[in-house]
Amino acid sequence: MNWGSLDAFLAMGGYGLYVWGSYAVTFVLLALEAVWLGKARRDAVRELKRGSGSPA
Amino acid sequence: MSQPGEVAQAPGSFGRGRINWFKYSSPQSFFPLAGAAVPWFAVPAALLCAAGLYVGFFVAPTDQQQGEAYRIIFIHVPAAWMSMFLYLVMAFWAGVGLVFNTRLSGMMANALAPTGALFTFVALWTGALWGKPTWGAYWVWDARLTSELILLFLYFGYMALTAAIEDPRRADRAAALFAIVGVINIPVIYFSVQWWNTLHQGASVSLTRAPTMATTMVLGMLLVALGFWMYSIAVALYRVRTIILRRERHTDWVVDYMRQA
Repeated sequence: MNWGSLDAFLAMGGYGLYVWGSYAVTFVLLALEAVWLGKARRDAVRELKRGSGSPA
Repeated sequence: MSQPGEVAQAPGSFGRGRINWFKYSSPQSFFPLAGAAVPWFAVPAALLCAAGLYVGFFVAPTDQQQGEAYRIIFIHVPAAWMSMFLYLVMAFWAGVGLVFNTRLSGMMANALAPTGALFTFVALWTGALWGKPTWGAYWVWDARLTSELILLFLYFGYMALTAAIEDPRRADRAAALFAIVGVINIPVIYFSVQWWNTLHQGASVSLTRAPTMATTMVLGMLLVALGFWMYSIAVALYRVRTIILRRERHTDWVVDYMRQA
């Protein structure tokens, strides 16, 4: 165990801004990509359903 | 390639005996397979990342020179590895599509590009936040940083090219050529720290620490790298399904699928 307290953990030895800035942006982006994937799929399904509603 | 009348196999029912892998080079056969595979990569991705971060923050010790700032390494290095690796995989599929004229290959390359760009951005972003406390600057025009930035532009260029050409098969061929020429940048990134006198450190793990300490640092990095790898596969498989649906929308099987969806 490296950290005596939650404050010490968040402070990261004075580098908190850099360390947490790195981790936060990374995992927010990964989560956003997952959200975008779901949206892209729903958009595609909606569009194609509309398109295939009146088959030739 | 499956015959026009062939029915898509249900996920999980591989039949007995030998698997005919070439069957899965058709979008129709690959679509259910990819869908069934997504959770098998997504769940390990989450578990491996969680394990890697646990090791990185609670097991790996403080670095003697850099203090706690070094803990950025647990995402920076795996992201940088993925940024280069995904480009090679993307260029590989693009090349397969060019040589064998298989539709699915180009779709796979298309599906990998956004995730590759994402990891390239993450490598640059975390590098900037690591550079500030250790070098005193967010950015320097150093060989390693500059070639990684070029990689980001290569991903953007690839995506812009595929988006700009209306006919997807023509877009795939043009983008494939672009991707393959861009592969030259990968060894440049990788060997930049040896070829040029750069600010960026070389092999990141051999900080000449006690072996047990280095081991936990390497372990944390490898776990996150594996997690990112699984994540990339899950995301690419999910994305390629949407691409398949759009591109094959006039085929009977997609029309049937949409009727049920």
